Amino acid sequence: MAHSGINVLFEGTNFTRLLLGMWTTFKIAAIAIVIGLIIGIILGILRTFHNKLLRFVLRIYLEFFRIVPTVVLLFLFYYILPRQLNLHMPGTQVAMLVFALWVAAEMSDIVRGALISVPIHQRESGLAIGLTRYQLYRYVLVPQAVSLELPATINLITRVIKTTSLLMLISVMDVVNIGQQIVEANNQKYPTGVFWIYGLIFLLYFLIDYPLSWWAGRLEKKRLEQANGE
Amino acid sequence: MKHKILVKLLALVGIIASISLVLAGCGSSSSSSADSNNSSSVEKIKKRGTIRVAVFGDLPPYGWVNKDGKRVGYDITLARKIAKDLGVKIKFVQVNANNRVDALNSNKVDIVLANFTVTPERKDVVDFAKAYMKVSVGIVSPKDKPITSASQLQGKNLIVTKGTTAENYFTSKQKGVDLLKFDSKTQQFNALKNNRGVALADDNSYLYAWVKNNPTYTVGIKNIGPKQYVSPAVKKGNKSLLNWTNKEIKKLNKQSFFTDDYNSQLKPYFGDEVKPSDIILPQK
Repeated sequence: MAHSGINVLFEGTNFTRLLLGMWTTFKIAAIAIVIGLIIGIILGILRTFHNKLLRFVLRIYLEFFRIVPTVVLLFLFYYILPRQLNLHMPGTQVAMLVFALWVAAEMSDIVRGALISVPIHQRESGLAIGLTRYQLYRYVLVPQAVSLELPATINLITRVIKTTSLLMLISVMDVVNIGQQIVEANNQKYPTGVFWIYGLIFLLYFLIDYPLSWWAGRLEKKRLEQANGE
Repeated sequence: MKHKILVKLLALVGIIASISLVLAGCGSSSSSSADSNNSSSVEKIKKRGTIRVAVFGDLPPYGWVNKDGKRVGYDITLARKIAKDLGVKIKFVQVNANNRVDALNSNKVDIVLANFTVTPERKDVVDFAKAYMKVSVGIVSPKDKPITSASQLQGKNLIVTKGTTAENYFTSKQKGVDLLKFDSKTQQFNALKNNRGVALADDNSYLYAWVKNNPTYTVGIKNIGPKQYVSPAVKKGNKSLLNWTNKEIKKLNKQSFFTDDYNSQLKPYFGDEVKPSDIILPQK
């Protein structure tokens, strides 16, 4: 057959469907990241407090979400928990929830790490001039931690966007799922179509992830220049 | 001082949340399948105005998506007919082979119409309605060296895909045959083309469709091993929808709905080598 595989992309509505799938992916990732980052920052600050019990609980939370694979978490929240608690959420919302909780866990560790690596004399000077704990965090520790945590945060975001490819397991129509549909529907007519479809999916992910990754690298370079230059 | 109390309160909430999470994980599932809160009964579906159907999205010609983004296929036509006869809208939930049972048990869907073959193991976890299709294992081989009986396979390499009925059958019943196992359809057919085995075993309907595009091969054995049936499945204990579906299939058989479905969805794929009676059940 003289069909070239690339034509599979432009047949019918295939191309728009793939773009719509990417939009679903992007939307889920974006909402989960925003919610996750906010919760993560709060948890991260709480983890630098000296209350042992609080630190223990938050540590368990972090380890749970870091150790359990995302696939298992998605299955747990989509298939198992609803059965026990009689609580029903559509796949996209489950996805946002799981990713937000995961981002929050990872972010809390990034924030905690950044906060405790602010030089100790900064904290002590703050206390010496009589700042309250709120003022100490608000004006001294958090602003200095931000530049330390930004590159790691951006890396986390790119990881989340990549991991959305697991969403097809819980019936979310993301870009990979739609790609699969198109591959199987055209297997007979375009045997090499699979290459073009996954190629396009690769390109779409790359277009979103690469600028972020480049930005993270630039920020890191800037930070080092500021810290060591002059 | 105030801060300390707040912190402790937060910690307490955290602990309670994690304990309830753990308990929920270990809790028994027996209570949830009770009939009283069957959220997928015919009455509830009609009240809701939509039926949620688990289907495949990547298995032509049974359940797939065409180039206009529309769900089509043999299973899909049946699904739309069921929704129409119930007088409700339809909502498709795309599943894969591994989560068909979970989708039912966690109330994500009301009914599964996803090429679901009836097996004793599956009967323990879901309820199957009357069958609407039959499948059995077939064997495809090159036309110039055709395999027409199982005895020709003894001591030779036979290509199969892991987890299929074909693999099961040959592993347990035909021990003299050497199996060459692959992970996907694409891989197994490539292996046959590269002469890695003398023949390939899979669901016969698949093979009919494949030989249509690969005319140098033939389905030398059309049926081997036990005949198996494909049925709609509902959640275990959902008598209401089960009875309704059984009646519906009986009715559709009388209207020869499945012959029409075969002609519109399957025939273009299978060609003339296959007769409707190879796939669908007797219509009366």
